[in-house]
Amino acid sequence: MSQLMKLLASFSMLALLPVAAFAAGDIQGGAKAEEVNFPAIVMFVIFVGLTLFITYWAAQRTKSAKDFYAAGGGITGFQNGLALAGDYMSAASFLGITGMVYLKGYDGLIFAIGFLVGWPIMLFLMSERLRNLGKFTFADVAAYRFKQTPIRVLAAFGGIAVVILYLIAQMVGAGKLIELLFGLDFNYAVLMVGALIIAYVTFGGMLATTWVQIIKAVLLLSGATFIAIMVMYQMGFSFETLFKTAVDNRGGDMNILFSGGFVSDPINAISLGIALMFGTAGLPHILMRFFTVPDAKEARKSVFYATGFIGYFYILAFIIGFGAVAMVVGSEYFAGDKLVGGNNMAAIHLSHVVGGDYFLGFISAVAFATILAVVSGLTLAGASALSHDIYANVINKNATEAQETKVARIATLAIGGLAILFGIGFKDQNIAFVVALAFTIAASANFPVLIMSMFWSGMTTRGAVIGGWLGLISAVVMVVLGPVVWTQILDMGAAIVPYKFPALFTVIIAFVGIWFFSITDKSARGKEDRDGFEAQFIRSQTGIGAEGASSH
Amino acid sequence: MDQAKIEKIKNLPEYQKLVKERSGLAWKLSIAMLVVYYGYIMLLAFDPAFFTTIISGEYVSIGFPVGVAIIIFAFLLTGYYVRKANSDFDELTAKIKKEVE
Repeated sequence: MSQLMKLLASFSMLALLPVAAFAAGDIQGGAKAEEVNFPAIVMFVIFVGLTLFITYWAAQRTKSAKDFYAAGGGITGFQNGLALAGDYMSAASFLGITGMVYLKGYDGLIFAIGFLVGWPIMLFLMSERLRNLGKFTFADVAAYRFKQTPIRVLAAFGGIAVVILYLIAQMVGAGKLIELLFGLDFNYAVLMVGALIIAYVTFGGMLATTWVQIIKAVLLLSGATFIAIMVMYQMGFSFETLFKTAVDNRGGDMNILFSGGFVSDPINAISLGIALMFGTAGLPHILMRFFTVPDAKEARKSVFYATGFIGYFYILAFIIGFGAVAMVVGSEYFAGDKLVGGNNMAAIHLSHVVGGDYFLGFISAVAFATILAVVSGLTLAGASALSHDIYANVINKNATEAQETKVARIATLAIGGLAILFGIGFKDQNIAFVVALAFTIAASANFPVLIMSMFWSGMTTRGAVIGGWLGLISAVVMVVLGPVVWTQILDMGAAIVPYKFPALFTVIIAFVGIWFFSITDKSARGKEDRDGFEAQFIRSQTGIGAEGASSH
Repeated sequence: MDQAKIEKIKNLPEYQKLVKERSGLAWKLSIAMLVVYYGYIMLLAFDPAFFTTIISGEYVSIGFPVGVAIIIFAFLLTGYYVRKANSDFDELTAKIKKEVE
């Protein structure tokens, strides 16, 4: 049983890699600086130069608040599809999924599928409505017809909590990865990431953030395609040969071809599925992208493209993972019987096998670019929650656009600074739990309030606030009592809550809370909330009255 | 949006058709995705032996085409929805806007 729990824990940790980052310890042995990798540095300098040029270009075009938060609403569906996919395909996704396939074989594919299936649901039920109702942040939609202050505070709190937790994971993972790939000291690596993303976001706002994300997505997809084609070329374009070679390298063990039985506990599997599906639909940096397109039509197209890119990417990741089992065999890639740098380095080593030093440099630079892009998106989402939801809608309701944009830039500095501090501060901590926490909060606080506000006419301010906070608090409590924090970090023995992702329970708590405290709400405000649904619903369906794109 | 406009839009046959058709399609496709995904998870949980079936040569098990098929299915579903929305729903929306603006 404890073996199973351990397996489940390691799986569920990997599960979050695509959207999150390496938790500490995922890159084993990466803490020691390696020799300097010149091709990687050259590629990286080219990338940084290009992104800074884009930031400069974007800064000329970022004048209004709408430009800063939503790139003026002028991103096309195709571009936004790439940017959404880019937000989802983090360095951790590329290295984590391929590493998982390398380690476990078929089970890696099961996880990849879990990440994908939330996207169609987001398209069918959310994307168009979000675009029609929202302006800059998801709180605009969640608070649409309700009393602004309590819902904005709840949404901003949930949003910022998710962003900060993600940033911690990303920054620690980034520092370790850069240390390993570039031979750069951890603290410098974190400082450099922090300084670059502050520059992108402060000066270039959403426009620069989006283009950095698009470029990175294209680089990552091309790099992964090249590796996968080279693998298949070496294998004579035969999966039979690929799988046979892989099995032979594992001493004839056929089990990598089948499920290792990680779904033998259906409750855990379903809970994880809910965390992934609803968590994705509650991530502030993903939701924010729906406001960068001009209308609902482009919003829906962007999810179509994003689903295609992400699905394609996971199929590549699967081939790359098996390719690594089959082809990463040279003794220089191993320390003892383990891969140098841990299993998550499988794709990096494979890139060296198929493309030599220069291609390894290219892939390393792409991995770094990926971290920069994802961290920028997170920082922008966090800064927007502070400046748009808290400052402009709670603290100073009469704020001018110039004041709000100024606060947004200060907030960017603050969040970027925090990211650096947390990155360095959590360097040697076990941060595996932050990812579980971020996802569970997104699924249990942000998502229920958002979806119910769009679909249920009976929801009132009271129901939303109580239900949302119940979801948020239960998420924190159940993650703390779960296997990662309680057992591994606090060392308190068997976990009280045996699920790493307790989303199945916390999501139900949030929905029931929203329902119960809405139907029992007899206040005048409650009546106003219910009466407002009709107008909101018509706007969400038709787009009449929705925010347009700015003229330039 | 004032009450008169709300009433007007609500009573437009195009609006009623739009809401009915889009909601119907969105829920149907969502349920299709959920059934396929959780069906797959349940099959893995309750009949793991199924996934050890070799379907081609000696090494290609049935799990691979099934997994890839789910990814492609998800993509096709989004494509179907977008196609339908781009033609039918946008046309209805344009008519509604014309009526009230």
